[in-house]
This record gives sequence, structure tokens and C-alpha cells, in this order.
Amino acid sequence: MRLSPDQMIFWQHGFLKLNATIVFTWGLMLVLAVGSKLITRKLSTGLNRSRWQNLLEIVVTGIEKQIEDVGLRHPEKYIGFLGTLFLFVALASLCTVIPGYEPPTGSLSTTAALALSVFVAVPLFGIEDQGLGGYLKSYVEPTVIMLPFNIISELSRTLALAVRLFGNMMSGVMIIGILLTITPFIFPIVMTVLGLLTGMVQAYIFSILAAVYIAAATRTRKPGPEPVPNN
Amino acid sequence: MDNMTLIAVASIVTAGLTIALGSIGPALGEGRAVATALSSLAQQPDAATTITRTLFVGLAMIESIAIYCFVVSMILIFANPFWNHVIAQATTK
Repeated sequence: MRLSPDQMIFWQHGFLKLNATIVFTWGLMLVLAVGSKLITRKLSTGLNRSRWQNLLEIVVTGIEKQIEDVGLRHPEKYIGFLGTLFLFVALASLCTVIPGYEPPTGSLSTTAALALSVFVAVPLFGIEDQGLGGYLKSYVEPTVIMLPFNIISELSRTLALAVRLFGNMMSGVMIIGILLTITPFIFPIVMTVLGLLTGMVQAYIFSILAAVYIAAATRTRKPGPEPVPNN
Repeated sequence: MDNMTLIAVASIVTAGLTIALGSIGPALGEGRAVATALSSLAQQPDAATTITRTLFVGLAMIESIAIYCFVVSMILIFANPFWNHVIAQATTK
């Protein structure tokens, strides 16, 4: 039984392997990049716009509102990173309706790469917002004894991000595979729908958690009235 | 019982027990979380979006524990290093 799309190899030359994970990842990237390029070729600001532009506007403004609700005050700085995370994981899960497709997030390499990019992005955004000294000082808050615990919590939540997404995607694929050998008619379709739902929820969770970590790293500690979130 | 049988029995029993015991805690925790979220939604319906979003984030964190148990169980069944080692030993003999 195949545990991940890493084991489905299309082409091999020495130690260079072209496996299903790489092929599907690049396919998704192509769809996202070419699709948005095509849709944003002729943008219109009036009420008369194409439905694809409408769809993109709904998605982008939705993500912006979510980022603002989490507490990040200038969502346009972060929407590039967080929006891409959400769109990649969501599209990876949505394309399971295509037969022969395996979500690349079902491989620990992809989810580890995404979690590592969050791990690198959080200090970068924190330093950009608070300066190097201010960000490093946040590790010794509230006392110096908390320094190892803060570092361990950074590492463990990165690991948790990777394993959570990998476990959810892999379990969906595996359940469908097992059910196909037992009751191959209607029930696997129901489980595929459940897999779609959990895929969307996990995409949302991944990006919201990344946003919460960035918000925790860029929180300014100036005393004053807290801005009231409008919801 | 020789080595191979022992490893096989231990892996199978542990895999089953891991996922069985490991899903009790998260299921109970998620039930409590949703119950509390529903009661606070009934008390303050206009905070629905915040409550729902926080509920989903909380559920994902609780679910992660069950996912860790599932991953360990899958490793024991499909990518078991001890079993692979023993099989390699048996085939080269």
C-alpha cells in the first residue's frame, strides 16, 4: 500500500527522481500562476466585470478580512505569503476530484517544506516590524528562564503544522484506497466528499495558524488602548 | 517465539492500541469544545464569526493529537523499521 505520492516515480536518472509529488506540485503552481495571469489581464473597476475577476476579488477580499480579524493591521503586507499558502493547500485538496491525481500535500516533504517556510517567515516579519533587538527581546519575555521554552515552542509548532497537514491529507487518501477494496461503489464517493471538506478546513487552519504566529511575533508592546476589532 | 514473530505481534498490537486509545481523548475534548461554542453562540449570536473561527482553530489543535497517534500507527504497519530489518535479515540468510 502506497503511503505517499513520493513512491510513485515517473522517471529516474541516477539519484534524480521525478516522482508524483514533484509533478503534481508543479502542475498546481502552473495552474495558479497561469490562471491568475490570464484573469488579471484586463481588469475593470466598474460594475461590468468578468466572473473570473469576480471570483478572484471574492477570494482576495475574504483572505484580507480574515488576516485583519486575526490582528495583523496591514494585511497587504502579509497577504502575499498567507494567501499563497491558503490557495496552494486548498487547490491541492480540491483537485482530488480529478481521477489519477494524488494531493502533493499527502507527502511529508511538501508539508515539511510549507511548515519550514512559515518557520522562516515568522522571524522575518517580526524583525521587519520590530527590529532585530525588539524581536529577539520577545524571546526572553516574561523572564529569561522562559528562553528555552520559547525556542522549543517555536520548533514544536512548526513540526505540528507539518504533521497535522500531512496526517489529514494522507489519511483521506488512505481511507479511500482501503474502501475501494471493500465497498467499491458508493461509499468511497462519500469519503471523497469528506476528504474535500477536511482538505478545505486544513487549508484554512494552516493559513490562520501562520497568521496567528506572525501576529504574535509582530505584536507591539507599546502601552495604550487596544484597537477594537470590527466584526 | 523467535524474533520475527515477536516483532510482528508487538507491531500489530501496538498499532491497534495506539489508534484506539489515542482517539478517545481528542474526541472527548472536541465534544466539550463544540458544546461550549454552541452555548456561547446561543448567548451572543452576533459574535458568531469570531466564535466559529476560534472553534475551528481549537478543533484543529485538538485533532492534531489524534493525527499524531494515527501517523504512529501507520508507521508501525507500513514503514516499520524493525520489521524491515528483520525481513532483510531473513532474506539474506
